[in-house]
Parts: sequence; structure tokens; C-alpha cells
Amino acid sequence: MISTQRSLSGSSQSPRSPSSQPFLSVSVTDPVKLGNGVQAYISYRVITKTNLPEYQGPEKIVIRRYSDFVWLRDRLAEKYKGIFIPPLPEKSAVEKFRFSVEFIEMRRQALDVFVNRIASHPELKQSEDLRTFLQEDEETMERARSLEIGIFKKKPADLMQIFKDVQSKVSDVVLGKEKPVEESNPEYEKLKHYIFELEDHLAEAQKQAFRLVKRHKELGQSLADFGKAVKLLGACEGNSLGKAFSDLGTKSELLSIKLQKEAHNLLMNFEEPLKDYVRAVQSIKATMADRANAFKQQCELAEATKLKEINLDKLMLIRSDRVGEAEFEYKELKAESEEATRRFELIVKLMNEEIVRFQEQKTSDMGLAFHEFAKGQAKLANDIADAWRSLLPKLEVCSSPDK
Amino acid sequence: MMGSENQQLLEEPHEEMENLALDGDDLSHAKSYSDYRSAMSSISESYHPLSSPRSSSPALNNNNNNTINNNSSSSSGYSDPLLSSSPSYRDLRKNPSVSDHAFLDPPSYADPFDEAAAAAAANGGSDGHDDAIDAGSESESFSSSAAEFLKISVSSPLKEQENSSNSLVPGGNTYVTYLIETRTNMPEFGAAAFGVRRRFRDVVTLADRLAEAYRGFFIPPRPDKNVVESQVMQKQEFVEQRRVALEKYLCRLAAHPVIRKSDELRVFLQVQGKLPLPVTTDVASRMLDGAVKLPRQLFGEQGSVVAPHEAVQPAKGGRDLLRIFKELKQAVVNDWSGARPAVVEEDKEFMEKKEKIQDLEQQLSTTSQQAEALVKAQQDMGETMGELGLAFIKLTKFETEEAVYNSQRIRAADTRSVATAAVKASRFYRESNAQTVKHLDTLHEYLGLMLAVHSAFSDRSSALLTVQTLSSELSSLHSRAEKLDAASSKIFGGDKSRVRKMEELRETIRVTEDAKSCALKEYERIKENNRNELERLDRERRDDFLSMLKGFVINQVGYAEKIANVWAKVAEEMSSYGKENI
Repeated sequence: MISTQRSLSGSSQSPRSPSSQPFLSVSVTDPVKLGNGVQAYISYRVITKTNLPEYQGPEKIVIRRYSDFVWLRDRLAEKYKGIFIPPLPEKSAVEKFRFSVEFIEMRRQALDVFVNRIASHPELKQSEDLRTFLQEDEETMERARSLEIGIFKKKPADLMQIFKDVQSKVSDVVLGKEKPVEESNPEYEKLKHYIFELEDHLAEAQKQAFRLVKRHKELGQSLADFGKAVKLLGACEGNSLGKAFSDLGTKSELLSIKLQKEAHNLLMNFEEPLKDYVRAVQSIKATMADRANAFKQQCELAEATKLKEINLDKLMLIRSDRVGEAEFEYKELKAESEEATRRFELIVKLMNEEIVRFQEQKTSDMGLAFHEFAKGQAKLANDIADAWRSLLPKLEVCSSPDK
Repeated sequence: MMGSENQQLLEEPHEEMENLALDGDDLSHAKSYSDYRSAMSSISESYHPLSSPRSSSPALNNNNNNTINNNSSSSSGYSDPLLSSSPSYRDLRKNPSVSDHAFLDPPSYADPFDEAAAAAAANGGSDGHDDAIDAGSESESFSSSAAEFLKISVSSPLKEQENSSNSLVPGGNTYVTYLIETRTNMPEFGAAAFGVRRRFRDVVTLADRLAEAYRGFFIPPRPDKNVVESQVMQKQEFVEQRRVALEKYLCRLAAHPVIRKSDELRVFLQVQGKLPLPVTTDVASRMLDGAVKLPRQLFGEQGSVVAPHEAVQPAKGGRDLLRIFKELKQAVVNDWSGARPAVVEEDKEFMEKKEKIQDLEQQLSTTSQQAEALVKAQQDMGETMGELGLAFIKLTKFETEEAVYNSQRIRAADTRSVATAAVKASRFYRESNAQTVKHLDTLHEYLGLMLAVHSAFSDRSSALLTVQTLSSELSSLHSRAEKLDAASSKIFGGDKSRVRKMEELRETIRVTEDAKSCALKEYERIKENNRNELERLDRERRDDFLSMLKGFVINQVGYAEKIANVWAKVAEEMSSYGKENI
């Protein structure tokens, strides 16, 4: 659910009765521009209200910046493979320099949604990294952040894996082996296909929604210009006709303001949720990549284990003195293989749960967005009708002969 | 009498300079005006046939099978592509639902909404308004006597060949003719319905003859000449644009209370075959003719005196170079003399009116531009809303097909509601805009009329200049006569040649006095025309603008209400989502 200020973690209890139900409520507020020129950035106040024992006290306020949120997302992505990590708003190198009011507000809203989704996810909300993010002072946060920059964020095992990946790819190509193994699960195939095509459809819808915001702004501008011109024309004409023009011009300018307002409303409550939907789908794609990797690892280790077993049997047969060593290696590899299989199966299980959650969440997210959209458009149209209608009685009076 | 006249006539310095310029002065204003017009029509044409309704008389539709007699060359193979544009366009206008279906390809499950939308379109009041506009175009609101009607339509452009052996390229000199059909009950025509074929050159001739005959009137400006290659001329789009422009022009002429009764118009509309109006010679040949005469004029031999009948015509369009120079000189004198004119009541009123008209023109121009921008913005809004709707339709179709979970099916249904509403709203925007274009067109019309006003005012100035020139001439003639008189009285008995000269001079003075009184009468006549036309302009402008405002407002209200209803329903359907947000 997209809420602007706070969310409740699974329970519908109000935070004012802290004793019974556990709750964790977070809000991201008060964007402040700090720094100068190229190094300028925005800082946000993150307010946490909770009664959970793991947290330091009922309320905590910290200052965070965008890269802190990125750190949190990356840590969660690493640790919780199989879960669709809530998406972050884009980095946007260009708009950062302009830091328009709209951009800042959109980002703040998106970050607020991000943290709240984490805080209401049954698994993610228990994360230690989340606690670090919500509670540690700025210096600790900065240190944590700088530890994770670039390639150094990968553990040695991960580095080896990357190396092995490259190696196997090369050997596959050289040896003319087939493509890396993929799951042959028809349901999952269907899901993959669904996700990829969904992204296309959503991207198109979001593009049009963004354009619609622009159109509202443009129409607002042209109504303002038209109103001004009509007023001048009225001044030129004089008498009751001039007054009629003048009134028309005034209404036109009034409507211009309403259109600009609606443009903003559309941007925040319709276009942004659509964009968020696209980002969520991209996050799912990342999870799918994790799953593919896990599957590949599982296959490869299973394959390697089998070979090792065959080798061991061979050695045992010829009573080689390398049996002990081989047995040890075999047992190790088998444990790794089982671990890889567990990891993969966990991802599969998590994904199945996540998909259900995702679909439900998106139905209510979009439902809200649609509601806001329709409400906004209806109100705008009614305002337009009212404004123009108010002119009619005066125009009727003008038509009766009075030069 | 002379003195006060002189003072009175020393106003209006600058315009005379402009008017006597030998290049065509009608192009500069016309250009800017036509820029608006072409932009307007391209906006209204580019998206949807429905959004650019033409002001044509529906009674004379479908001219393919028209039995009205005309002596145009019967349809050659060329005519078909040109013909296909006009009638099919009008058919589209009569059947809005047909063309709507063609434009938007709805997926099969969206059929129920489509009927509703078509019904909504039919109820949109667009039909009713169409009729009003048709009636309007026939005799807008200018027509003084509602009982007399004069309906003109222009159609059936045909390529015809110039039968001359001049052309080096075989079959090279082609031009386009248009069928001009009239229906009327005015007695002057002596017939109820008739048609002729005319080419654009004939229209130019008509416009020129009217300008000469109706000085001081606000004569609607004719469509531009467009000096382009003959290849462009043959392009369907250009021909269609020109056809529309011609129709509008002729209808405006028909709506002018005085001009509709003119011989020139009648002859243009009715006389078969070659147009029996004198053709305007081009500036170059006129000047050449004048140059031939000039030397003799300067030596005082021939035609240096302005005859009375010539005095009622402006110097500019004629061949009398000497006269042109004299008036030019007078204009300069006016300009530099710096004498304060006496404040004469009537002229002061005119000057005020003129300033007001100039101010009005300025504001009209700005408003007209902003109106175009507004129309475009509304058009874009409708278009994007439609595209948004289509994107959602695709999304909902996709989700429905691929749905595994119930939440997906619910979401697909929600998305479909929004998609349907967006497509409906988009249609309403476009329909509303089609009407708005028609209403705000009044602004463009009056802006175009400003050209006619300028023309009428310059008729007045040039008539005034003629009077002033003749006055100066007279005064110099009189002083010559005095000198001659004084000189001859000193010589006893008189010189035979001097006596002869004196007689010639007196004759010249007499003729010039006659010319001046004709010119003065003409000036007064034009002033009167100006005055009446200004009154008519004020009256009709007020009515037209008020009805424009009313039409615009009513249309906006109507469609805004429709759009509000569409979205209110969707908001209602989705209201449960709103409440979940605690």
C-alpha cells in the first residue's frame, strides 16, 4: 500500500496502544538541501516509532541521504535472495542538479514508500540492516556505507564465483557446449514471460501518464495566456461586451491554476505509482536473475559432486592412498552442493509466496492510484463546468438589447 | 472656404505615402492573416476528420450527379482524384459514428462501451450546432433582410487546359476551375438556381472590380494568390484548401448587405462562359502605358489636366503617371507642412474611431493566436488521454489472458474501467474541441475583416489626397492667372499669344474646378460609406462576439459535465481502495 506518512506492520492497531500489538512505523520527511554546487545533496529526516524490543526506545529520528537508502537496498538484496526487494526511485544524475520542488517531493514520497514496504514485509522487517539504517547515528551510517563501495562489497567467495562464472562461460564457448542450464519448469517459464511482457505494457502506460501530466500543464498555460488576451480585448471593446470578455478572461485564468494543481496531483498520485509499478517489476527481474544463478550453481555443484563421487569410487576400487583425501573433498563438495540446493529451493519457495503478495499489493496500489486519478479528473471537469457555467447568466443579460 | 478646406485636408499625412507606393500593398497584411488561417486549418485537419467542419451548404452536397447546367469540360480522367476529396468528406460529417469506428479499433470485449460512446457523441449536441453553423455560413449574421437569401457553394475542382499555342511545353498551361453554384430568391438574379465554372483568376478580377466600385466599404478580402509552381497547384490538398477559401469568400460577399446586390457579383455568379468584367492589367504594363504619355504631359500637350471623371478614381490604379507624381508630392507637402489642422468635429470622431479600430485589431490578433494555442492544447490533451486509454486496454487484455491469481483478475477489471473512461473522455475532448474551433473562428473572421477596414480607410485617404492635390493645383493655377493678368495689363492692346494663353488657362481652371468638385463629392461619398460600415461593423461585431462567447461557454460546460460524469463513475467504483488507506 502506498501511504504518505506511515504504515502499520500487519496489524490494524493504532500506535496509541503500544502495549499489546507490536508495531513499527516509519516516515521519511523534511527534505533539506545541503552542500553546494556539484556536491549538493538532499537529506531527509527518518522518524521511527516502535514498541519492538530490538529497537532503542519508542521513537528515534535520524538523518539520511539517498545513498543510505541505496546501501540498505543493496544489503537486503544480498541477504534476502528470493524476496522482491522494494524498489528505489532512480538515481537521476541530471535532475539532481536542478532539484526542482516537484523532484524533491516525488523522491521523498518514493523513499517513504520504500522504507514502509520493508517495515511491513514479514521477513525484511526483521533485518539487522534495517535496524542499523533506522537507528545508527550519521557517522556510523557513513562508515557502513563507505565499506560497501564497488567491487569491495563482494566477499571473497563471491569474487571466486564471478571468476568461475567467467571461466565456465569461456570453456563452454570453447568446447562448444550448450548454453548454461535453465530450469525447465513450465509454470516458471510462464511467469518469466509474464513479467517481461508486463514491464513493456506498464512502461507504455507510465509514458502516457507522464505525457498526460505535461498536457495538463500545457493546457493550463494556454488558458492563462488566452485569459489575459481576452481581458485586453474586453478592455478594448468596452461596455457590456467588454465586461463579458473580461469575465471570461478571469475565469480562464482561474481554470489555469486548477489545471496546474491537477497536473501536480496526477504526477504524484497517478504517474508515480505507475512508475513504482515498473520499478517493482524490475526488482522481480533481479530476483529472477538471482534464481537463475542459484539454479546454475546448484546444477554445477551437483554435477561436480557426481564426478567427485565417481572418482572416489574409482580410487576406492584400486585402493589408492588418495582415497582419504578424495573422500574428504567429496564430502565437502557434497555439503556445498546441498547448501546450493537449499539456497535455490529457498528462493523458489520465497518467490512463490512473494508473487502472491506482489499481485495483491499491486491490485490495491493500482486501485488507489485509479481512484485518485478518477477523482482528480472528475473534480477538474466539475470545476471547469462550474467556472464556465457561472458566466451564462451575465451573457444572457448582455444579449438583451442594451447598447 | 478654401482656407478651411485646406486645413481640413492637411491631416492624414503618412498613409498617403504608403498608398502611393507602386508595389502591391495588399500582400503584407494578407500574408500574416493567411498564416493564421493555414495554421488553423492544419490543426483542425491533421487529427480527425470530425474536428474540422467546413462551412458549406449541405443542400448542394454530392455534386457528382448534379444536373445544373454548366459548360465546363466534361469529366476527364483527371477529375476523379480531385473529386473524391470533397463529397466523401461531407459524407463523413453526416455519419459521425461511422468514422469513429474507423479511427479507434476497439477490442472485441469493449463493444458495449463503444455503442454508448457513439450514442453520447450523437447526443453531444454537435449535430444541432452543425446546423446552426451551416445556416450561419450561408448568410452569417450580417444579412440585413433575412427573407432574401443567397447561398453559394464551391465544388468540383477540374483541371483544364489553356488552349493556346504559346506554351512551349505541350499541354503545359493547365489551370483549375471550380463549379460555383448559387441558390437564391433575390429578384436581381431572375433565376432560382444556377451554376458557372470559374478559375481563380476570375476571382481576382471580381475582387479588383469590387474594390474600385465600392470604395469606402468594408469589402471582405479575397483568398491569397499564392505564387507557386503549377505542380503545387495541382496538389489535392492545395486545391481543397483553395476551394474552401473561395467558398468562404463568396459567402461573405453574399452576406454583405450592399455588395450582394452588386452587378459585379451577379455577373460573376451567373454569366456563363468568359467572365464579362474588365481584367486588371498588371502594374508593369500600366506604368509602361503611363510612361508613354508622360513626356507629352510634361510639355503640357496632352492630358495634364485631371478630367472630372478621372478624379473619382484613385490615382494609384491608373496610367496617369503625372497625376500619381502630383499626388505623391502633395502627400509629402502634407507630411512636412506641419500645420495644425483645425479641430473639426466629424473628423475628430473619425480619428478616434480609427484609433479604436487599430487597437481592436491588435487585441484581436493576440486573442486569435491564443485561441489557436488553446485549441491545440485541448487537442493534445484529448489525444494523449486516448493513448493512455489504449495503453491501459492493452494492459488489461494482457492481464486477463495471463491471470493466475484472483487479484490479477480484479486488477484487470479495474484497469479496464479506467481504460474505457479514458477513451470516452478522449472522444469528448476531441468533440468539444471541434465545436470550440468553430466558435473561436469568429475571432479569425473579424481579424480578416480588419484588412477590409484598412482598405476602406485608405480609399478615404486617397480620395482626400486627390482633393488636396487638385486644390493645390487650383491655387497655383489661380496665381498663374493673376500674374498673367497683371503682366498683360501693362502692355497696351494686349499680346495675341498672351490672350490665347489666358483663355487656355481659364479653361484649365474651369476643368480643374469641376474635377475638384467631383473629387470632393466622391470623398464625401466615401466618408459616408465609411461611417455606415463602421456602424454596421460595431453592431454586427457585438452580436457575433456575444454569440461566440455564449456558444463557447455552453459547449465547454456541456462537455466538461460529460467528462466529469465518466470519471465520477470510475471514482465511485474504485472508492473501496480509497478507504483502505487509513
